Amino acid sequence: MHLMYFTEQPMSAYPEDAGLDFGATALMFSNRHFDPVAGSRLYNEYLEHYRLAEDVGFDGIMLNEHHNAPFCMQAKCNVFASILAAVTKRVKIVLLGNPLPLADNPVRLAEELAMIDMISGGRLVSGFVRGGGQEQLATGVNPAYNRERFEEAHELIVRAWTDTGPFRWEGTHYQHRVVNPWAIPLQKPHPRVWIPGVLSKETIIWAARQRYPYIALSTAIDATKKIWQLYDSVAAEAGYTGGPENRGYLQRCHVAETEEKAMENARQFMWMQGEFTGLAHPVWSSPSGYFSPSNRRAFVEFAVGRRANPRAAALEDQLRDQQIIAGTPKTVLPKLRRLLEETRPSILGFWASDGFVSSADTMTCIRLLGQEVLPALREMGKELGLASPFEANAPVSIKYAEGPGARRTPQQAALR
Amino acid sequence: MSTTEATWTTESVRVAGQALPVLKGGAGDPLLVLHHDIGSPAGLPFYDALARHFTVYVPSHPGYDGSERPEWMRSVRDVAVVYQWLLADRGLSGVSLVGLGFGGWIAAEMAAMSPGAFRRLVLVGAMGIKPAAGEILDQALMSYVDYVRAGFEDAGAFDRLFGAEPPTSLLEQWDLNREMTFRIAWKPYMYSQTLPHLLGGVQARALVVWGRRDRIVPIECGERYARVLPRARLAVVEGAGHFVEMEQPDVVGKLVTEFVTAS
Repeated sequence: MHLMYFTEQPMSAYPEDAGLDFGATALMFSNRHFDPVAGSRLYNEYLEHYRLAEDVGFDGIMLNEHHNAPFCMQAKCNVFASILAAVTKRVKIVLLGNPLPLADNPVRLAEELAMIDMISGGRLVSGFVRGGGQEQLATGVNPAYNRERFEEAHELIVRAWTDTGPFRWEGTHYQHRVVNPWAIPLQKPHPRVWIPGVLSKETIIWAARQRYPYIALSTAIDATKKIWQLYDSVAAEAGYTGGPENRGYLQRCHVAETEEKAMENARQFMWMQGEFTGLAHPVWSSPSGYFSPSNRRAFVEFAVGRRANPRAAALEDQLRDQQIIAGTPKTVLPKLRRLLEETRPSILGFWASDGFVSSADTMTCIRLLGQEVLPALREMGKELGLASPFEANAPVSIKYAEGPGARRTPQQAALR
Repeated sequence: MSTTEATWTTESVRVAGQALPVLKGGAGDPLLVLHHDIGSPAGLPFYDALARHFTVYVPSHPGYDGSERPEWMRSVRDVAVVYQWLLADRGLSGVSLVGLGFGGWIAAEMAAMSPGAFRRLVLVGAMGIKPAAGEILDQALMSYVDYVRAGFEDAGAFDRLFGAEPPTSLLEQWDLNREMTFRIAWKPYMYSQTLPHLLGGVQARALVVWGRRDRIVPIECGERYARVLPRARLAVVEGAGHFVEMEQPDVVGKLVTEFVTAS
């Protein structure tokens, strides 16, 4: 198993009432509510939490980015990835991920990622995302070409990583006279690419066609099973068998010394008041052209309030469906076992706390996870045959017949 | 003046590799009417008013109202070229253009690219020029209903046309049209930086019509159109917002008819 620590890096110091009054906590919710003094404190606390996560035995640290919203302070995941490349020694730095359509210069992204890979000694996992709807508006990127830009930027980055330069790129959305970055990844053939998602079938299908692991973000168990059915059927068409090494899951899971404390802190997973990316105007979270045309009818009804938000279940429902797990190490383990047995992921991210949970409680949670939960999960993973892409030495993509372990470069070998 | 209602037919015309539905009605000199970003509601009294005097052509913009989407199309100028192609294909000359809102931008582009070709140019609440002080209302930040409502001075006019709670099928159509608008007019949003510099050669007389309470395109844009087009005047319509011809069909119908028929 590959066990990761994750936090959204919440900007918890903003006044909650202001968000409720405004009716949204994203995009147009004024940044006058952002307090950089608290921001400075929080960034450094989050960094401390990451270091602790490495110390207590997590295999990876998962990072993400969002824009114009208090629920996530990371405006550029490559910034924290760069810091972690230097201050950590062992953990994988798992970016889930860089929002490709937002990039006007994917070659620049390829360079940044290559630098992070080299500085970290080959510890980068470079996930890619489409970016939320609000991200398109926050950065002025056309939502109607979101998927086209995602696919083209991905192709260009992988080529920049793997093909010898210089070459020319004349695409639909990107044109480059010279692609010849003098920073290329340490990992060969290239860093692993994992694709997180929550909603869109198209992304699951795309990830399965590339043979990239898909990371389901806090979906309910039944929905997660459907994701794997779809993934596996596409994998079969593509000529390989989908398995645990293709499956990841992000679990909201808070542990504490007592049940009461755990449950009190778990309520903070609802801190953003809407779906887990905050209270949002539906037109902002899904601008026209951004979502799948097959969902158009449902979406327009949602946009004018004729249909409930499918992603904003009550805390009690999310606890029942195990989208949120809370308790002591002893009481969360059977629930995690159920998740592993029923959905068979080999990559498991722990979204350990949110909102106003204190730094001390977060650190207790990380410590308890590391000392009491992760070792038990590793045993379960062995028993259930949940080998991670690293353990299984899975190929990094459909283009490769074998995993990178068989073709490690002398430089990489020297680092291990 | 005849009061008989025109008979309308829809013909599918192939232009630039796309099937383009063109609504046609009335008799007289040719008038090309270019619709708003929200599409072209069926049975508008304004269209009937024009059809009493002209042969009226109302194409669905490519990718709007269910017409085939040109995946390659990237700009409003592309739409203008498609319509030049349509007119040439039909062998139409001496055409007058009536552009409504977003369609006004397309009409202005057409006039700029063929400065001597058109008989008259009418721009109604036209997008296409960057306001100096205000902003063009950005539909990307608001719901379909809120956006269209913002285009009316009188909320009752919206209710009569679309219903107080528009049906889901209409919302889907607005979403589809909005997506196509994003595909060709996302950035800069709803204006061209070069268009104002290209309008000085237009030889046709032009009428710029604006609703007094246009909350979508500031009236200063109408003033600018009237300044940069050499033979233009601005007519402001009271009791109307952006969708002037939907809110005051008789007034705009009369203005356009008199302007286009005058020798």
